[in-house]
Amino acid sequence: MALYVDIEKKCGDFCLKVKFEAEREVFAILGASGCGKSLTLKCIAGIERPDKGVIRLDGRVLFDAEKHINLPTRKRRVGYLFQDYALFPNMTVLQNVMCGTGDKEEAEKLVERFCLTGKEHLYPAQLSGGQKQRVAIARMLGAKPDLIMLDEPFSALDNHLKTRLEREIMETLDSFGKTALFVSHDRNEVYRLTDRIAVMEEGRIVELQPKKELFQNPRTLSGTLLTGCKNITRLERSLPGEFWAGDWGIRLRIPDTGQSPSYAGFRAHYFQVTDRMEDANVFDCEVLRVIEDTFSVIVLFRQRGYEAAGEFGVLTYELPKEKWEQIKDVGFYLKIPAGQLILMEK
Amino acid sequence: MDFSPLWISLKVAFTATVFTFLLGLITARLVVSMGRLGSLMDGIFSLPMVLPPTVVGFFLLLIFGKNSAFGRFLMKLGINVLFTWQGAVIAAVVVSFPIMYRTARGAFEQVDPNLIHAARTLGMTESQIFRRVMLPVSWPGVAAATILAFARALGEFGATIMLAGNIPGKTQTMSVAIYTAVQSGDRSLAYRWVAIIMAISFATIILMNYWMDYQTRLMKRGR
Repeated sequence: MALYVDIEKKCGDFCLKVKFEAEREVFAILGASGCGKSLTLKCIAGIERPDKGVIRLDGRVLFDAEKHINLPTRKRRVGYLFQDYALFPNMTVLQNVMCGTGDKEEAEKLVERFCLTGKEHLYPAQLSGGQKQRVAIARMLGAKPDLIMLDEPFSALDNHLKTRLEREIMETLDSFGKTALFVSHDRNEVYRLTDRIAVMEEGRIVELQPKKELFQNPRTLSGTLLTGCKNITRLERSLPGEFWAGDWGIRLRIPDTGQSPSYAGFRAHYFQVTDRMEDANVFDCEVLRVIEDTFSVIVLFRQRGYEAAGEFGVLTYELPKEKWEQIKDVGFYLKIPAGQLILMEK
Repeated sequence: MDFSPLWISLKVAFTATVFTFLLGLITARLVVSMGRLGSLMDGIFSLPMVLPPTVVGFFLLLIFGKNSAFGRFLMKLGINVLFTWQGAVIAAVVVSFPIMYRTARGAFEQVDPNLIHAARTLGMTESQIFRRVMLPVSWPGVAAATILAFARALGEFGATIMLAGNIPGKTQTMSVAIYTAVQSGDRSLAYRWVAIIMAISFATIILMNYWMDYQTRLMKRGR
């Protein structure tokens, strides 16, 4: 493997304990803010020092607590793209890029490659957000890193700029050809940019899957929530193959797989509209609120007359606007195809 | 009117500022990177600022005097700082050092830590980072610190008179000249020195304000 990380670090009450391997691929860490994603990157870069463990990159030992190896950051050959880019404000674009390569000719080539020709002698404060990012990437690649790490590079940007910069990063990642770590709390970004995703919660990696599998079939509650599943319920087994969905107030018939799931999730746009009630897997919808989104309608509903305590009692159904126009005046039922339920053991 | 106190003052203040500048920056950098031990060191380095200058002068007399080991060591080398202008420089350095050190440290601590981290990931050594990133980024603060330290060195009285004495044409600085003039009842001479010191101090402050304004405008134009 290209990158091997197995570290532990205590920060006050917070305890980071991560272990993963990454090949020459784009590897993402997805997690809510404060879950320890950035801390993990900082440990790999040598900015923070783990208490225990090992970090290896392409056969080189970057950190080994037992052997007392702690390579200084500058010798790790690890590129780090900071959220605010951390360009040196006292240096021009060219000087910034030269901090990476040290070679003027190469710096000029990088400037050209990242479409910064004509801007070489401007200072970071005179650049737009997109240009700043390109300078930061050029500078990072100039140092010829064996690994690059992107720390939430888009989270402070407006939507329009975000889409454009994301495509630029995509190209950079495609041509880089070595391991790249990408950290984000945005499931869509992560899905578009990466190959494999680790879900992180409270300092631990709770789930690690290729992106398609993770989004289709997350195995943990936090994985399900982070991949954007809005409808979650606790399950209680009543009969073989039949469960009581305590948060939803209906019965669910699930083909027996030999497991005993304790949670179920269902994505908001997978509901099927049907005109008759059944004894399981169907909601008699009591619409609580209709929210019009840019291109769709979000309907908040619950099982008629059923009031569950807790945050999962209200369900979400997302559908195209035209479809809503057709069904909104007639009563309707929503069916859950059992095959599309996400089942979680804990 | 004998202008020698003006030249002695300027000579002492400039020389002292050069030393204070270098010592202050080096110390500030060390303390910033020291972590917890730093706050103890900080206390020691800031002490000359809160002690009365006469106390500082008294300690300097003890250290450089003939009765101390260090003083005897200097004697053997043929160096004597007591009652010389170099003694006045030492007094001015010790008294202006905390101002330089504290202001520079504040400026260093304001530097975005990510800049330092980024520099390290790019393979820069610690001394490269200091020279090429930390110092230039905190330059406005460092420059202000230098001007303040210079002003303090120029007006130094208590420690100077303890260590360098009051020898006209040799160690008599402007502040000391004023004291002497008042003591001997020469009011008009005292007035003239007061006017000169005020003019120089005022010019220094104006210069600093202008410099700060200029820096802020530079940043704003850039953004």
